Amino acid sequence: MANQGRAETAQEVSGRLEFDVIVVGGGCAGLAAATVCARAGLNTICIERGKPGGKNVMGGVLYTQPTASVYPEFWREAPLERPVVEQNLWILLPDSAIKLGYRSQQFAQEPPNAFTVLRARLDPWFAKKAAEAGALIVPNTKVEEVLTDKGRVIGVRTGRPEGEVYAPITIICEGVNPQLTQQLGMQGEISLEDMSSTTKEVIALPPQVIQDRFHIGPDEGVTIELFGDSTAGLLGMGWLYTNRDTISIGVGVALHDYVNTDITPHDMLQRLKAHPMIAPLIEGGEVREYSSHMIPEGGWRKLPQLYGDGVLVCGDAAMLVNAVHREGSNHAIWSGKLAAETAIEAHQKGDFSRRTLASYYHRLFKEVPTLSDLRKYRTAMEYPTRHRAVLSVYPELAGYAAREMMTVDGASKREKEFRILRQALRARSIFGMAYDGLDALRLL
Amino acid sequence: MNEGLADKLYLLKYEVDEESHLVIKDQKTCRDCERKPCINRCPAEVYSWEGDRLQVAYENCVECGVCKIVCPYENIDWRYPRGGFGVSFKFG
Repeated sequence: MANQGRAETAQEVSGRLEFDVIVVGGGCAGLAAATVCARAGLNTICIERGKPGGKNVMGGVLYTQPTASVYPEFWREAPLERPVVEQNLWILLPDSAIKLGYRSQQFAQEPPNAFTVLRARLDPWFAKKAAEAGALIVPNTKVEEVLTDKGRVIGVRTGRPEGEVYAPITIICEGVNPQLTQQLGMQGEISLEDMSSTTKEVIALPPQVIQDRFHIGPDEGVTIELFGDSTAGLLGMGWLYTNRDTISIGVGVALHDYVNTDITPHDMLQRLKAHPMIAPLIEGGEVREYSSHMIPEGGWRKLPQLYGDGVLVCGDAAMLVNAVHREGSNHAIWSGKLAAETAIEAHQKGDFSRRTLASYYHRLFKEVPTLSDLRKYRTAMEYPTRHRAVLSVYPELAGYAAREMMTVDGASKREKEFRILRQALRARSIFGMAYDGLDALRLL
Repeated sequence: MNEGLADKLYLLKYEVDEESHLVIKDQKTCRDCERKPCINRCPAEVYSWEGDRLQVAYENCVECGVCKIVCPYENIDWRYPRGGFGVSFKFG
């Protein structure tokens, strides 16, 4: 490891393992925080419970601008899948789909706006960058407990023998299960409303087959977000992304809705894969991996305390995910970077109190869109929960309307419009539609 | 277990610890639990009802964390496996 020399020195000096910064978790947030801290000359340790990249899963789409803010021109050497040139939204009905898409040559110009990625390949590269910057990355080590002294965080206890590590500031990037954040009392109990459960498969297909099926070149990729029948009427969504020689396909459902069905996560995904609009796209492919991960949905409503004496919280652990827009990795990287900058400033001042670290919260508002986006979307998930018609009735209605208008059957267009209106009123009363519509206006 | 699922879990790399990282606090609570959502909500079929006990096949766990949240009685003592143990993804 690049930083062996400094770590040994740290141990000799005080007889115990001391660093300038402890980062808990080696995912997008943790490795960004470790890299930025180390570059500033801080003696940094990043503790990860798995091997690098081994325990992380994502859809996944990586956004260029946030990633480049920590790893400039990363696309030249990072193991990425395909640059995204086309993004699609499909509303699936049992035997049909309404498709909306946007494709632009501009997306492919350097640098591409986003890439599809596989975390088990990408994270080891992030870890390499952090180590090159001088951080000590310690894998296969779990932080069991955060150590405090009169309410101030002073370090962590790992599962290793004599496994205590000390630092004046600890940056918690522990991911979607906020064990340590809760231990510190910075986050409350997680309930069914706060999370969604996603299941994913990575399916192998030859690159040429992917390119033919999705009308892309060797250096181009496509994303498809799948609403409607992808989740069998439950609140959630599916997705399909093209990688180099695999497809990422998955489906997620809000936990508070998932408990209302007996369909297992595995079967929910098989159901999506068998959908007539989806099956041809993955035909002949071989499943290479099956995984499952939660996505934090609590957002603004369930934001933990983001800072305390000697501690900052980043990424999924901090609920910094805007699921409506498929954004989590960007907020993780941004928050890791801003936590690092806050830690650097704290070291310069020699002050790690809440009051100094509060600047992290302001940075998350002012310097990046993270908190302002989360606040804007805070009621987004309540709407479909209160107006379940958007999950099935309206997509079905849209399908009915599309089919009616596109079918030439001898009826006049006026007659067709009448049929659609009649169908609409049968499916959802005028009062129901008014209620849905007026409440939707409040979302804007 | 669902055969398709068993085959897929076989694709994952597991370092299986000697002891389970998932512990049922009180089996009696499970006996009285009507819905047992842990069984169907788990993506890896870790939980199953065998006779009068909830069995925990922790070696299949993909460490998502859903079970502890859906359990209506907070009856699962949940933690991640020890450092270096548990599942590893090859793609992610």
